[in-house]
Amino acid sequence: MLPDINNTPLALYVHWPYCLSKCPYCDFNSHVSDSVDVESFATAYKKELDFYAEATTHRPLHSIFFGGGTPSLMPPHLVKSIIDHAESLFGLEQGCEITLEANPTSFEVDKFKAFKDGGVNRVSLGVQSLYADDLAFLGRQHSADDAIAAITAAQQIFERFSFDLIYARPEQTPAKWQDELKQALDYGTKHLSLYQLTIEQGTAFYTRHKRGDFRLPDEFLAADMYELTQSLTASYGLPSYETSNHAAMGEESRHNLVYWRYFDYLGIGPGAHGRYTNHEGVKVASRTHLAPEKWLALCANNPHGAHPFEIINTEESFTEAVMMGLRLKEGINLSGLAQRLGVTWDEQINRDKIDMLIREDLLTFDADTQIRATNSGALCINSLLNILLN
Amino acid sequence: MSKETHKLEHIRNFAIIAHIDHGKSTLADRLIQTCGGVEERELEEQMLDNMDIERERGITIKAQTVRLRYTAKDGIDYQLNLMDTPGHVDFAYEVSRSLAACEGSVLVVDSTQGVEAQTLANVYQALDNDHEIVTAINKIDLPAADPESVKREVEDVIGLDCSEAVECSGKSGIGIDNLLEAIVKQLPPPREGDADAPTQALLVDSWYDAYLGVVILVRVMHGHLTKGQKVKFMNTGAERIIDRVGIFTPKHVITDILGPGEMGFITAGIKEISETQVGDTITDFKRPCAKALAGFKPSVPMVFCSLFPVDSSEFDKLRDSLGKLALNDASLHYEMESSQALGLGFRCGFLGLLHMEIIQERLEREFDLDLIPTAPSVVYHIYKTDGTMEELYNPADMPDVVKIDHIEEPWIKATILTPDEFLGNLLQLCQERRGEQIDLTYAGGRAMLTYRLPLNEVVFDFYDRLKSISRGYASFDYELDGYGENDLVKMEIRVNQEPVDALAMIVHRSVTETRGRALCKRLKELIPRQMFKIAIQAAIGGKVIAAEHLSALRKDVTAKCYGGDVSRKRKLLEKQKKGKKKMREYGNVQIPQSAFINALKMGDDH
Repeated sequence: MLPDINNTPLALYVHWPYCLSKCPYCDFNSHVSDSVDVESFATAYKKELDFYAEATTHRPLHSIFFGGGTPSLMPPHLVKSIIDHAESLFGLEQGCEITLEANPTSFEVDKFKAFKDGGVNRVSLGVQSLYADDLAFLGRQHSADDAIAAITAAQQIFERFSFDLIYARPEQTPAKWQDELKQALDYGTKHLSLYQLTIEQGTAFYTRHKRGDFRLPDEFLAADMYELTQSLTASYGLPSYETSNHAAMGEESRHNLVYWRYFDYLGIGPGAHGRYTNHEGVKVASRTHLAPEKWLALCANNPHGAHPFEIINTEESFTEAVMMGLRLKEGINLSGLAQRLGVTWDEQINRDKIDMLIREDLLTFDADTQIRATNSGALCINSLLNILLN
Repeated sequence: MSKETHKLEHIRNFAIIAHIDHGKSTLADRLIQTCGGVEERELEEQMLDNMDIERERGITIKAQTVRLRYTAKDGIDYQLNLMDTPGHVDFAYEVSRSLAACEGSVLVVDSTQGVEAQTLANVYQALDNDHEIVTAINKIDLPAADPESVKREVEDVIGLDCSEAVECSGKSGIGIDNLLEAIVKQLPPPREGDADAPTQALLVDSWYDAYLGVVILVRVMHGHLTKGQKVKFMNTGAERIIDRVGIFTPKHVITDILGPGEMGFITAGIKEISETQVGDTITDFKRPCAKALAGFKPSVPMVFCSLFPVDSSEFDKLRDSLGKLALNDASLHYEMESSQALGLGFRCGFLGLLHMEIIQERLEREFDLDLIPTAPSVVYHIYKTDGTMEELYNPADMPDVVKIDHIEEPWIKATILTPDEFLGNLLQLCQERRGEQIDLTYAGGRAMLTYRLPLNEVVFDFYDRLKSISRGYASFDYELDGYGENDLVKMEIRVNQEPVDALAMIVHRSVTETRGRALCKRLKELIPRQMFKIAIQAAIGGKVIAAEHLSALRKDVTAKCYGGDVSRKRKLLEKQKKGKKKMREYGNVQIPQSAFINALKMGDDH
């Protein structure tokens, strides 16, 4: 018998697909447009909310996350109307975390207050770098001063906030990164997302990198910088709790933890993904159409703008859950997870492989329940998963 | 039924023989075109090389036969049956079969290159078959052509009279008419051929055609082959009714009859690949001939390797595919083998390394198989302390050393022809390969080198090395020359302490360290880095003689992984799972199949 799904968290992701300009490293679903039909968006978002409120077992929302694109470009009244509508349909848990991704330009910072009034209680700032040259390389619209002003404003207006930095950039030395990271930590934030720059297909960087315009730090240098990041953030009381995320105790992103702990989440807006348990207790994967116009048109005539839903069977669910959960420092309670998903874990994972990975100091298995990647395991998590799950 | 076939004296059956790259296939194409076998628009380079591999590599693997109609200057219509033969040393056996079906040969010699090792070897084979020979001095349109000195060379080195040699160019068409006249005038018609005698025909070759089934290439000696005739295959005992009789022009043309002295093809509703045997005699069922033809000497495989399917469920498919190839290639030998590490597979015998490579490639390409080939090996004679002798095909199967008294390995006698500027390097190569010099002679600025060499030193990369140090000028031919005792040991390759069966090899004790080090180094480059340190070792009887270490992967992590990445990441994992089928696991180490194959191509390391 499956445990009562209503005791597990439910998160909501809202995708806003527009940006002022496309960043050369970004492979997310983002578009640049002069005019956006806000009313159509409002209607479409609400329609999808109505649909998913019916499709999933009814329970209050654990978190809401406005991602993009650049959701700080949304009119604050649109953000508010989505939050209000979601609350009316699902209800919100006590202390429901409502995050909005924001760019640190002065135009957007000026809207912080209005977002807060609309219900947003956490912002995640796309700072990316504190240095002018690097911001220019990354194609960002803001200056280093803008970034610092945004951090200060976020700190004053919101109780909780986070910002992102991209490191392991071309020409970046560990010493230079250490200076920048120290400066970032000195602002006293409680949450940081620190991503190593990766080159994704379909981005401007992909073409430029292939052409040889710039070179990324090699694997060993990147690994050194990763380890440096681990120890420096820990010494500031913001240890990593996920591969690229660092927080003071209790300040983790509750919304993102839902993904990594493989709980249910709904995704609305163009290109949003969801994974939720339906009324039959089956895990359903949803994926909406990427193109904003297409999604809007679909939502106008249908209850939602999603592709056909995909059923994720229990084995696949288990694979996904391990894949996500091993990114967390806390690791995975294997038997607990297996019970939640209705499988037997040692039919899914070969015990010998676990033992082998333990011998190689890549994994720990505490009391035969909690598996965790060690530091070196975490640095090679993709290979580790390939061994463990295949 | 009327039996109107060509008059014997107006038939010429001939083979085209040449060293590889001397322009044989182009010349054949030109002959076909001149005789109207194909229209200009149908001209395709290397028309007779049907296989993709043949066209891509620019070589001929299978012998091909085409009937040409040529009206000579004497006004008579001649029937010319042309056989194009392979030039590479590995396919000498194919050549010998073609020669047995003809009475004459056109020897093609490149006027910019002169006599090469296979020119010699082919001529000797043609003479063994009592052939008359027309010498064609080819590529005379090239600026570097020196027909006069090449003719002198043919006379000096081979001893063929070149007073009637034809100067020509397959590429530009110069001298083709003269060549056709020479074929008619200098080559003999079939020596015998009694139209009224019982049918007696030689099964020259056979292959599988997707539309026609099994196609049999024949040379009729006596009597006729006709459509509807019930025939008997004398060696296999099979009885069949002929359903098609025809010729290649090179297109299939149905003639319904073949008479004495003629060449062509038949089909007889044969579906089973094992039912035909090259060299067999085909005769009439009701009125059989008294004696079968001598047939062919069976080929002697020189190089062995085992082939295992990557996916063990494809074993049956591998067997069928080998069967199909063997039908088309009488020199491919195979028998079932089972290995503890690699499962069920086949031990295969080849004429040489190129032959081996081509078979592997055809299996993968034409039959869509993924294979694990073991290191090529020769057949060793293991004399055991109990007085028995065991033939060792797969080094992984070598008996315990304490049970071995001594080991003998096969030797070859190699003939190398080279411009003398490369002689020094070639002598050095032969010495490195444990060779014993037998003879060294000069003829017109070129040296002819005769060496005894252990075959095992030749199978890996000797030919490639020879070509590279002589900038392609030296040529090479060999024949088996008995067995000899030597200090041979089994070298094992281990990955994280686990022996890799496919890479076990027998080597002479004096070269173990060099070989071992080269192989380990090579593997280090070929095995992708993994999460753990990998030790790659070469060992002899438990003692490590060379080692390399592959450092562990330090970073392999996706920076961002959120709700939208789950499906993609799972699908990536599933794809990796499929990819693992192409991997072998040794002591937790995943090694792609390609690493094994490439590790054995050690040419650049010396």
